[in-house]
Amino acid sequence: MLGWGVEFLRAEMNRLLSLLFHQGVLDEQFLQLQQLQDESSPNFVSEVITIYFHESEKLLRNLRLLLMDKELSDYKKMDIHLNQMMGSSSSIGAKRVRNVCVAFRAASEQNNHAGCLRALELLEHEYCYLKNKLHELFQIEQQRALASGVRYPAQHD
Amino acid sequence: MGMAAAESRFHVLAVDDNIIDRKLIERLLKTSSYQVTTVDSGSKALEFLGLNEDDRNNSVSPSISTNNHHQELEVNLIITDYCMPGMTGYDLLKKIKESSSLRNIPVVIMSSENDSSRISRCLEEGAEEFFLKPVRQSDLSRLKPHMMKAISKDQKQEKHEEDKDGDEEKEEEIKSQRHQQQQQQHHQQSSPRASGNSKRKAMEDNLSPERTRARYSDIAAMV
Repeated sequence: MLGWGVEFLRAEMNRLLSLLFHQGVLDEQFLQLQQLQDESSPNFVSEVITIYFHESEKLLRNLRLLLMDKELSDYKKMDIHLNQMMGSSSSIGAKRVRNVCVAFRAASEQNNHAGCLRALELLEHEYCYLKNKLHELFQIEQQRALASGVRYPAQHD
Repeated sequence: MGMAAAESRFHVLAVDDNIIDRKLIERLLKTSSYQVTTVDSGSKALEFLGLNEDDRNNSVSPSISTNNHHQELEVNLIITDYCMPGMTGYDLLKKIKESSSLRNIPVVIMSSENDSSRISRCLEEGAEEFFLKPVRQSDLSRLKPHMMKAISKDQKQEKHEEDKDGDEEKEEEIKSQRHQQQQQQHHQQSSPRASGNSKRKAMEDNLSPERTRARYSDIAAMV
C-alpha cells in the first residue's frame, strides 16, 4: 500500500466519484459536502455519512416492520420515515436513493402494499450499493492520507 | 465565555428535526463565521428564546425574571425547517411574530418542497427568506443583510431612547423635552416599555450606554 503514490490514489478516488456521478448514485450535493470539510473540520464528510448510515438503517428496519402485516400497514408512519430518508438522502447527495423514496412514497399514498414492498426492496438494494461505494471511497481516502503522511528518511546535508 | 468574543459574531438559532440537516446547517453557518445553536423542534426553539408556550403576548418578558441563562446569548436570526412534527416551521414563525419581544428577529424558512403557496404564505407571515433544501453556502450570503437591518433598527430605537437624556444640541433638547413629557405620561400609566425590543432592552438595562454602543459598533465595523 505504501508503494502506491498519492497521485495514483487521488486518481482512483476521482475515477470512483466520476463513476458514481455518471450512474446518478451521487449528485452535486455530495461535492458541497466535501467543500465543507477543512482543517477545522477534517472528518466532516465521514461524520455526516456515518450518521446517515446509522439513521438510514434504522428507517429501513422500521419500514420493513411496518410492511410485515398487509392488513395493519400504517402508511402514515411510513410516510414519516420516508420523508426523513428522502431529506437525509437529498442532503448528502444520494440521488438514486432519494428517487426511490419518492416512488415509495407514491405507492404508500395509494396504500398500495405490493407496490410498497417492491419499492422497499429497491430501496434496500440502492442503499446497499451506495453504502458499499462510499466505504470504498473512504478506504481510498484513508490510504491517500496515509500515503501523503509517509516521510522518507531525512537526508542531512 | 468572554462577553467580548461572543458579541463580535452574529448568533443564529437553527431549528430542524432531521439530524443530518442539523449537522449540515451548523457546519454551513460556522464556515460563515456565525455562532450557532441547533435545536430539533419548534418548542425547544421557543424555550431557548425564553418564550414559554403559554405566554403569547410577551410585552413584559417574564423570562428575564426566571433567571434563564440563555438570555446571555442574543439571537440575531432564526433559520428553521418547514416540515417538522408537532410545531411546523410556519407555526414557529407565527409564534415569533406574535411575540413582542421576539418579532424583530429575522426568520428564514427552509424546505425541501418547492411549493409556491407555502412560500408565499411564509413570506406573508413575515419570513425574510425561503431557502430550498439542500441549503448551499451561496444561500447563506443572503442572511447577513437581514441581521444588519435588525441591528440598525435597534440602534435607531436606542438612539431614540438615549436622546431622552437631553444633552448637546438645541434640537435634541427640544426633542428631549418632548420625550420627557411623554416619559411622565408613561410613568403615570406605568405601562411596560415600548414593544418591539423589550427583551433586548431589558438586557441592556444592565449595561451602561457606552458599553452597549460599543457592542453594536463592533458588529457594524465587522462588515
